[in-house]
Amino acid sequence: MSTRIFGSGIKRREDPRLITGEARYTDDIKLPGVLHMAVVRSPYAHANIVSVDSSAAEAMEGVVAVYTGEDIGDGLAGLPTAWLIPDSDLKTPEHPALAKGKVRYVGDGVAIVLADDRYRAQDAADAVVVEYEELRAVIDPEEAAGEGAPLIHDDVEGNIAFRWVMGDREASDAVFDAADVVVSERILQQRLLPTAMEPRSAMAQYNEATEELTLWCTSQNPHIHRFIISAVTGLNENKVRVIAPEVGGGFGSKIPCYPDEALVSWAAIKLGVPVKWTETRSENYLITIHGRDHVQHVEMAASNDGELLGVRATVYAGMGGYLSTAAPGIPTILHGLLYVGPYTMGSVFCESIGVMTNGTPTDAYRGAGRPEATFLLERMVDNVARAIDMDPAELRRKNLIPAFEDGHEVATTLVYDSGDYPAAFEKALAMAGYGDFREQQAAARAGGRYLGIGVTAYTEMCGLGPSQVAGAVGFQGGLWESATVRVTPTGKVQALIGASPHGQGSETTLAQIIADELGFPVDDIEVIHGDTTETPMGWGTYGSRTTPVTGAALAQASRKLKDKARALAAHLMEANVDDIEYADGSFSVKGSPDQAQSIQDVALMAHLAWNMPEGMDPGFEESQFYDPPNFVYPFGTHIAIVEVDAETGVIDLQRYIAVDDCGPQINPEIVAGQIHGGVVQGIAQALCEGVIYDENGQLLTGTMQDYCMPKADMFPNFELGETVTPSPHHPVGVKGVGETGTIASTPTVYNAVLDALAPLGVQQIDMPLTSAKVWSAIQDANGGGS
Amino acid sequence: MQVAITVNGVVHERDVDPRTLLVHFLREELDLTGTKIGCDTSQCGACTVHLDGKVLKSCTLLAVQADGAEVTTIEGLAENGQHHPMQTSFWENHGLQCGYCTPGMIMASAAFARDNPGASEGEIRHYLEGNICRCTGYHNIVKAVKQVADAAAGS
Repeated sequence: MSTRIFGSGIKRREDPRLITGEARYTDDIKLPGVLHMAVVRSPYAHANIVSVDSSAAEAMEGVVAVYTGEDIGDGLAGLPTAWLIPDSDLKTPEHPALAKGKVRYVGDGVAIVLADDRYRAQDAADAVVVEYEELRAVIDPEEAAGEGAPLIHDDVEGNIAFRWVMGDREASDAVFDAADVVVSERILQQRLLPTAMEPRSAMAQYNEATEELTLWCTSQNPHIHRFIISAVTGLNENKVRVIAPEVGGGFGSKIPCYPDEALVSWAAIKLGVPVKWTETRSENYLITIHGRDHVQHVEMAASNDGELLGVRATVYAGMGGYLSTAAPGIPTILHGLLYVGPYTMGSVFCESIGVMTNGTPTDAYRGAGRPEATFLLERMVDNVARAIDMDPAELRRKNLIPAFEDGHEVATTLVYDSGDYPAAFEKALAMAGYGDFREQQAAARAGGRYLGIGVTAYTEMCGLGPSQVAGAVGFQGGLWESATVRVTPTGKVQALIGASPHGQGSETTLAQIIADELGFPVDDIEVIHGDTTETPMGWGTYGSRTTPVTGAALAQASRKLKDKARALAAHLMEANVDDIEYADGSFSVKGSPDQAQSIQDVALMAHLAWNMPEGMDPGFEESQFYDPPNFVYPFGTHIAIVEVDAETGVIDLQRYIAVDDCGPQINPEIVAGQIHGGVVQGIAQALCEGVIYDENGQLLTGTMQDYCMPKADMFPNFELGETVTPSPHHPVGVKGVGETGTIASTPTVYNAVLDALAPLGVQQIDMPLTSAKVWSAIQDANGGGS
Repeated sequence: MQVAITVNGVVHERDVDPRTLLVHFLREELDLTGTKIGCDTSQCGACTVHLDGKVLKSCTLLAVQADGAEVTTIEGLAENGQHHPMQTSFWENHGLQCGYCTPGMIMASAAFARDNPGASEGEIRHYLEGNICRCTGYHNIVKAVKQVADAAAGS
């Protein structure tokens, strides 16, 4: 039996460069003669551009050029929307890199300034005089879809970009009409700011002699960026090199191709010198995609004895001023298909309406559609529990899908791969001491203290995904990954991947997979990513897909190499392949253990090719394309315990328990880190984060001073547990874990707070649950706090 | 304006635009890009350095105000080729993911643990309010800082 590094929480190989400041992120890269680009941005959410006067700016010291949308003209094609949902009457309004004639959100680009220095570029941008004719703006998606709303794009009637329907309305009516109990709620999934700590940045350099463009940028998917930059600039794709160097977090916000990346590319080609742009945080909050922004009208049907019968929702999803790269897929495919959750519920229906508004464009933000589904489901389960006077944990237990190992089809047509929801559920309840807690809660209430508990059972769809499914749902790309495992003559490994991790620790996790498959020491394996010229094609790092999809490609490439090594070892030792035994990176002949060839010896002999078997090619390198046969479906149960101070509305999060099942854990420390981070992001949605616009579409939460980022002192230490249910279709059984925390934690904490407030008569509060809102809700319910 | 600032033990004399922030001086003039910029309102702490031994967000000071001062950045924290104990602890405890907040987080934490040996978890969490991390949920950062603070108390 081999020693396995799979399952070991080894230290990350990324860290030495990160803890010393040696890592180079995009803005850290310097090129001689670089010009800095600043963007003149609209201060209005909705306005016609009357005139642009750049003469003063052009005369300023250090300024090289100023360009407007008209100046660029046809030089740049509009930014494409790359998820074209079928059967939804989808409209894709033009999204020019700089506005032409009209601006549609605060921050929409109007002109660019190129100068020799960052400060001077910004000064000159401030000196560009733009005259606007302000138009009425609309921010709320339901209002924007209503009568009398201002029209944002002439070719998007009623501001409705798409209308996507899942399920059969009449069948849903039949279930709801016959049900004992129907509960309903209007849920606001507030807009959120993804806030990767590294702001976005892009730098382009064009070589006129070779006609090659190099673009360094903050990307989660450099191969998609190459594809889109090629399309908008008109350069051949093989003349575009995109490099995502160190990338400081993304959470979905670095998936899209934005105007800024296109503009630095265009300017670098136009001027023949390198051009760099780096956003400030305030700029990031205005222009980098926002997440969520749903107004949901939700109903759930149940029987009096606690059988969940069906769920349905009408969702108004705010798209912002333009349709971002993947935006239409988020409130549809990645949302409605999750409506069954881990329950045996037979009826689902969703109508999701994508609405243009005068907000910043929205797109995928950690979880992307699935948190919005899980929240509404878990919220409604708690509402049913209250309506039929059943303990919410008992109601969930009664409706969980029983354990299954290889496929379970649910009402949304998804086939879950594997799951043991009851096991994770009972484990979490045991860790929390659920039964005892209810006794403590009753005692505390008697003493005027308001404790609450929230329980979320979830499953989610990730590891995106089979390419055939991607095509069927209108995603304008594949969803496979490719990888090359290359062994040097001295027996060191370079693994080249098309995905582009940006904080997940994949260089470590993926090296562990290869080490286990091939028997090389993990320290001899390097994982290389981010440069489209160095790496094979891949669709990127998002949707919790890098470990499942790239990991599978690497496992399979490693297995091909191992087969080759076995055959070569047999040849070199003059033995039959069937008599070769392998352990810990060494091949030996059955029965004669002193005769052995290490994998390094074999690699060298394959490179030398002095003595190869008939028909075997030289070299020691294999590539693999891997298209997953299905999604993977991690699952689990999260529990929060809170105390609410009824006098002040202040919420104290006392305990947080997370039991997650992502299959076998390759590096448990990295898995735990993903859960910790995701949980905090989700809790922050429940408790403090939320975009606020005024009635004119001005972003009031436009800096970190105004937008409530979660801080260390809001949280207890998290209590993590796991169950292990391998994915039946995956080469090493793993599932993704990047988004589970965000998906599960928002309803968990929300429901805990509402449970605490139940005796005070509070039944609903829009997120985020700030102390002011909680206090007001207590007053409104006349429950009082004293 | 002419300034002389000692950074990581080396004196740098430069003529700077008076409005240049210290963080831009470090990053652009000296190419010490380990110090990061994560906000523009002094909330995030990614730009944290030590100025004359004290913790400072380098976006809150003009380079000219640092004239004559001694600045330590993340690049200068290791001594004799050995990681500072806080760097080691972040690595051992998985106290980082994307790494962008990490230099500032380590600079702030190193000074805190030095000045507050044996600090409690609550004290650490309270102190870290000035440094924002979006990846780790703070759990392992708190663990990393506690390990060094505990060691400082034990020595």
